[in-house]
Amino acid sequence: MTELLITATLILVKLILIFAVVLSLAAYMVLAERKILGRMQLRYGPNRVGPFGLCQPLADVIKLLTKEDLVPARADRVMFLIAPGMASLIALLSFAVVPFSPPVTLFGREIPMVVCDLNIGLLYFLGLSSLAVYSIALGGWASNSKYALLGAIRGLAQLISYELSMGLAVVPVVLSAKSFSLTDIVLSQADWPNMVRHPVAFVIFMISVMAESKRTPFDLPEGENEIVAGYHTEYSGMRFGLFFVGEYINVIILGAMVTVLFLGGWHGPLLPPIVWFALKVLAVAFCFIWTRGTLPRLRYDQLMHFGWKFLIPVALANVLVTGAVMLAIGS
Amino acid sequence: MATFETMTINMGPQHPSTHGVLQLVLELDGEVVVKATPHIGFLHRGVEKLSEHRTYHQVLPLTDRLDYLAPMHNNLGYVLAVEKLFGLTDAIPERAQVVRVIMAELTRIKSHLVWLACHALDIGAMTVFLYCFRERETVMDFYEKISGARMTSNYFRVGGLSADLPAGIEQEIRKFAQEMPGHVETYEGLLTGNKIWQKRIQGVGVISAEDAIDLGVSGPSLRGSGVNWDLRRDQPYSGYENYDFEVAVGDGCDTWSRYHCRLKELRESCKIILQALDRLKPGPILADAPKVCLPPKKDVVNSIEGLIHHFKIISEGPKPEPGEVYVGVENPKGEVGYYLVSDGSPRPYRMKIRPASFINLQALPKMCEGSLIADVVAVIGTLDIVLGEIDR
Repeated sequence: MTELLITATLILVKLILIFAVVLSLAAYMVLAERKILGRMQLRYGPNRVGPFGLCQPLADVIKLLTKEDLVPARADRVMFLIAPGMASLIALLSFAVVPFSPPVTLFGREIPMVVCDLNIGLLYFLGLSSLAVYSIALGGWASNSKYALLGAIRGLAQLISYELSMGLAVVPVVLSAKSFSLTDIVLSQADWPNMVRHPVAFVIFMISVMAESKRTPFDLPEGENEIVAGYHTEYSGMRFGLFFVGEYINVIILGAMVTVLFLGGWHGPLLPPIVWFALKVLAVAFCFIWTRGTLPRLRYDQLMHFGWKFLIPVALANVLVTGAVMLAIGS
Repeated sequence: MATFETMTINMGPQHPSTHGVLQLVLELDGEVVVKATPHIGFLHRGVEKLSEHRTYHQVLPLTDRLDYLAPMHNNLGYVLAVEKLFGLTDAIPERAQVVRVIMAELTRIKSHLVWLACHALDIGAMTVFLYCFRERETVMDFYEKISGARMTSNYFRVGGLSADLPAGIEQEIRKFAQEMPGHVETYEGLLTGNKIWQKRIQGVGVISAEDAIDLGVSGPSLRGSGVNWDLRRDQPYSGYENYDFEVAVGDGCDTWSRYHCRLKELRESCKIILQALDRLKPGPILADAPKVCLPPKKDVVNSIEGLIHHFKIISEGPKPEPGEVYVGVENPKGEVGYYLVSDGSPRPYRMKIRPASFINLQALPKMCEGSLIADVVAVIGTLDIVLGEIDR
C-alpha cells in the first residue's frame, strides 16, 4: 500500500514539475524567439517590461486573459471552445514519456526521470502528434470562416503528409535500439548519437518536425500574408493564446524528441545529464527560430510535392538501406 | 449527385498583404484561383477634382499623396507638366535639373526598397523586410534634411526647387550611393540563391509582352516581360539624356524576371546619382520667370518687386495660355503622366493623372487566375502597387 502511495506521489510530483517547467519554458520561448528574431532583424525585441523584457510573458498573459473571448455568431460553439485547449493539452501529454536523465537514487530509492516509461513510448508520441491535427481541423472548421477553413485544410494535409515521413524517419532509430521505449533508445546512444549513425533519417526527421510544428518555412496553416491567420483567424483572447502556447509547447516537445531520438538524449561529457538534455533541446529550438528568420514560406502544392515526392521516398529507401546494412553486419 | 461549387472569398480591404485598402474578390476552387476581381476606391480623395479649385502652385502638395512611397517623382511629373504649359521647359537652371535627378533616383531607391521589403515579407522572408527598411531610413533622413518632411516632401517647385541642398548633404548622398550596391548584395544573399524563394517566384505571375502592352502595363513590370521601354531614356526629361545608365530588361515574363529588373534598377540608380553628384555645380535653383515662379523669401521681404510678384502669385496665381499638355515620367512603379488642360485661368480646367499602379493593377487578374492563393500575394507584391495612386 505504502509502495503504491509513494509511486503515485512521485508521479504526481514529476507531473507538477514538468507542467511548471514546460509551461514557463513555453512562455519564455516566445520571449526568446522575439528577442533572437529581433537581433537577427536589426531590432531589439521586447525590452520594456522588467529587466531585458523578462516580464514580457507575464504581461502578455495578463493582456490575453483580460481580452474579450469572442465566439463568432455562427460558429460551432462547443467545438470552437474546445479546440484551442486540445492544442496545448495534446502537446503537454507527450511529455509523459520523455526521459530527461538517467534514474537518480534518492533516499535509497531509484527514481526514473520520466513520468511513465512506456515500452511503446515512441508510438505513444507518434499517436499524440497525429491527434494534434484535430485541434487545427476542429478549430478551423468550427470558426465558420473561410480563411480559417482554408487554414484548417492546409494544416490537415500538411500534418498528415509529414507525419508519414516522420514515422519513417524514426524506423532506423528503432532498428538500432531494438526497442520502442524512449529510455532504451537513449541508452542505445551511449557511444554515438543517432545523428551520426543515421544522418539521413536525422535530416528527414528535422524537416518533418519543422513541418509538424507549423513553423517557417512550413507555416502555411497560419500563413499570415495569404490567409490572414489561418485556422485561428477568429480566435481572440486566451483561446488564441492557447493555440499560441500549444505551438511553443510543441516546439519544446519536438525539440525533446529530436534530442532523445537523434542527439543522444542526456549523454554528454562533464556536465550533469539533465543540463545536457536541456542544452540540446534549446539548441534545437534555436534552430527553429533561426530558420524562421531566414527562410521564406513554401507554397501549398510545393509543400505537398516535397513531402510526397521527395521526403517519403527517401525515408523509405533509407529504411530499406539501413535494414539491409544492419542485417549484413549482423548487429 | 455531387455538385461542385467555387468558394468566393473576400481578400481585403483589411488584409495583411493587399498593400493598403485593395479588395480582391477571389473565386476559389480549393486553393486554386478561378477568378480574381479587384475592387478599388477605398482611398479615393478626388485629387483630380480638388486640383481644379487650386492654383498651379497649390496643386503640387496633392501630388505627394498619390504614390506616397515615391513622392518626389510625382512632384517631378507635375512640375514638368506645368513648366511645359508655361513654356518654361528650357529655362530650368542646370543645378535644379541635376538636383531633381538626384532626388528622383533616391526616390526610386526608396520605392524599390519598400517593394522588395514587402514582396519578401509576403512570401514569408521577414528578415529582408527590416534590412530594406534600414536603408530606406537613410533615404528618409535625406528627405528630411532636404525638404523638411520624410514622406510628403513637396520639394520641387514650378521653375526649380523650393530650396537649395543643405551644406554637406552631397557627401552623405555620395557615401550612400557608393554603399547601396553592397546592401543590394546582402538582400540578394538572403533571397536569390534560396531554393524556396526561387520556387515561389519563378514561373509565377506570367504575362507576355503583348498582353502587358495591351493592358498598358509600364515600368519594371513591363520591362520584366522583355519590353525595352524606359521614359528616362526614350523620352528624356530633366536632362536624363546626359547620364550613362542601362535599362534593366528581363525576358522571363515572370515574377523572377521582374525581381531581377528591379534589383538592377537599384544599382543603376546609384550609378545615376554618382554621375549627377559629379555634375552638381553651384548656381541658381529657380528659373528666371518672376511672373510664374514663387520668389525666394528673401526677395519677398527685401524688394518691392519680389513682394508684388509674391502677392500676385499667391492671391491670384499665374495664368498660362489656353492649351493642353501631357508629360509622362518614369516613376519607380511605371509611367506616371499628368495631362493638364488650361482655359487661361489661374486654375487647371482639368487635370488627369495617368497613374502607374492603377493601370498595372489591370494585369492582376490575368497574372493570377489559375494559380494558387499564395501566388496572388506574390503577384500583388511584384506589381508593386500603391493604393494612394490607384484611388487618387
